Amino acid sequence: MMRSIGVALTVGAVALTAVGCGTDTAADQAQGGTVTVFAAASLTGTFTELGKQFEAAHPGTKVVFGFGASSALAEQIKQGAPVDVFASAAPKNMQQVVDAGEVTAKPVTFVRNRLEIAVPQGNPGRVTGLADFAKPEEKIALCAEQVPCGAAAKTVFEAAGITPQPDTREADVKAVLTKVTLGEVDAALVYRTDVLAAGDKVQGLDFPESTTAINDYPIAALAKAPNAAAAAAFVEFIGSDQARAVFAGAGFDTP
Amino acid sequence: MIGATRRRAVRGRRPLILVVPAVCALAFLVLPMIGLLLRAPWRTLPERLTSAEVGQALRLSLVCATSATVVCVVFGIPLAWLLARGEVRGLGIIRALVTVPLVLPPVVGGVALLLVLGRRGVLGRYLYEWFGFSLPFTTAGVIVAEAFVAMPFLVISVEGALRAADPRYEEAAATLGASRWLTFRRVTLPSVMPGVIAGAVLCWARALGEFGATITFAGSFPGTTTTMPLAVYLALETDPEDAIVLSLVLLAVSVAVLAALRDRWTRGPL
Repeated sequence: MMRSIGVALTVGAVALTAVGCGTDTAADQAQGGTVTVFAAASLTGTFTELGKQFEAAHPGTKVVFGFGASSALAEQIKQGAPVDVFASAAPKNMQQVVDAGEVTAKPVTFVRNRLEIAVPQGNPGRVTGLADFAKPEEKIALCAEQVPCGAAAKTVFEAAGITPQPDTREADVKAVLTKVTLGEVDAALVYRTDVLAAGDKVQGLDFPESTTAINDYPIAALAKAPNAAAAAAFVEFIGSDQARAVFAGAGFDTP
Repeated sequence: MIGATRRRAVRGRRPLILVVPAVCALAFLVLPMIGLLLRAPWRTLPERLTSAEVGQALRLSLVCATSATVVCVVFGIPLAWLLARGEVRGLGIIRALVTVPLVLPPVVGGVALLLVLGRRGVLGRYLYEWFGFSLPFTTAGVIVAEAFVAMPFLVISVEGALRAADPRYEEAAATLGASRWLTFRRVTLPSVMPGVIAGAVLCWARALGEFGATITFAGSFPGTTTTMPLAVYLALETDPEDAIVLSLVLLAVSVAVLAALRDRWTRGPL
C-alpha cells in the first residue's frame, strides 16, 4: 500500500516536472510556436511520422494533429476551429472550406490514393479480381456510397460493368478493413495504403479499373491560420522529397 | 394527522440550491431535442418521411429492438434471480461482469462479439463449419449485438426489484410446500413485475438506439442490418437534413412507446 502511494507520488512529481518543462518552452514558442494540422484519418500514420521530422527540422516548432473524417474536419473548420493547415482526403471537402472563405491560397494535391482488393491472409474465398464481387456466395464488404471510398468503389464497378453483391456497406474504410482483418469477409475494396498498413493479416490485389477512381489529397494553409509562417512551412515540407519518400513507403502515389 | 403535517413540512419550500441545478439539468437534456425540432426541414418532411428507406430502417429497428428485448427478458430474468437469490460464491464478480457491457464502448463490444461469434471466432467458427451459418451481416446479428449491450439494463433493474421484494412471501410459499420454481413463477415474478417492465422498457430503448456494436458486428446493409441509428449516421455524410428527419422519427417512436408503457404498467413507485 505504502509502496503504491510512493509510486503514485513519483508519477505525480514527474507529471508536474513535465508541466514545468512545458512552461519553460514558452520562449521557444515565440520563435516557432505551435502549428495545428487537421488531416484526414487515412494520413494518421504518415503525418505523425512527418510531424516528427518537421519538428526536428524546425526546432521550437510543435506540430499538433487533429485526425478525423475529412467531412467532419471541414465542418469544424467552417465552425471556426483555430487551425493552421487542412489536409483533406477528398477535393470535395477542401472545396467546402474554400467556398466558406477559410482558404484563399490554391490547394495543392500532394498525394493520390487508389483502391485495391483486400482479402484475408490466405485468400479463403479464392478471389482473383473485381468479377468475384458479383458472386453472391462470396462475403463482400464495401464502403457506403455516402463516404468517399464507397463513391470510388461505385466508379470502378461502373467502369468494369460489374454489379457488386455486398453483404455490408460500412460507414468508413477502417471498418471495412477490420472485417477483412478478422476474416469475416472474403473480399473488400479499400485503399492501397490501408492494405499496407494492415500488415500480414491482409493481402492486396491490384486491378486495372483502379485507375478510374484515383483519389486526390489536397492540402492548404488556412486564411485565418493563427501561425501563418509555420503553416506555410508545413505545407511546403509536405511537398518536399523527404515527405514524398514517406508517402511512397505507405503506398500513396505522389504526383 | 401528524403524518400529514410532517409531509406538508417536508414539501414546504423547495430549496433554491436544489431547484437551480435541477432546472439547468432539465434544460441541458431538453434543449438539444428542441434544437432538432427547430432545425427540422418541416416543409420537405412528408416526402422525406415517405421514402422507402425510412420505412425499411424503422421497421428493422422496431423488429430488432423488440426481439432483443425478448431475448434479454428470457435470459436476463433468470440471471437477475441468480444474482439476487443465488447464494453462489463469487457473486460480486459475476455482478461486475454483468455490468461490463454498460461501460464497454459499444464498438469494442462489437469487435468482441466478432472475435467470439464471427466466422473465424472462438464459437462462430464451429457454427460456420457445421451449419454454414455466420451471424455477422445478418438481422440475427443485429439482435445479438443489441441484446449484448441492452441486457445489463434489464438484469440490474430486475435484480434491484428482487432485492427490494419481501422474502417472507417466498418463505411462506416454501413452508406451504411450493417448489423453488413454483415459488419463482407464482410469487416472486408477479411481485417484481414493475421492475421487470421498467427493465424491459429501458432495455428496449437502449436496443433501439444501439449503434456502435451493431455497425461493428452486423455491418450495415439496407433492409438487413441498417437500423435507424445507422441510417442517421450515414445520412449525416451526405444530407444532414435527412439525418434530422430520421432522428425525429426515432425520437417520436421512443417517446411514444415509453409514454404509453409508463401510463399503462409502470405507474407508481419504481
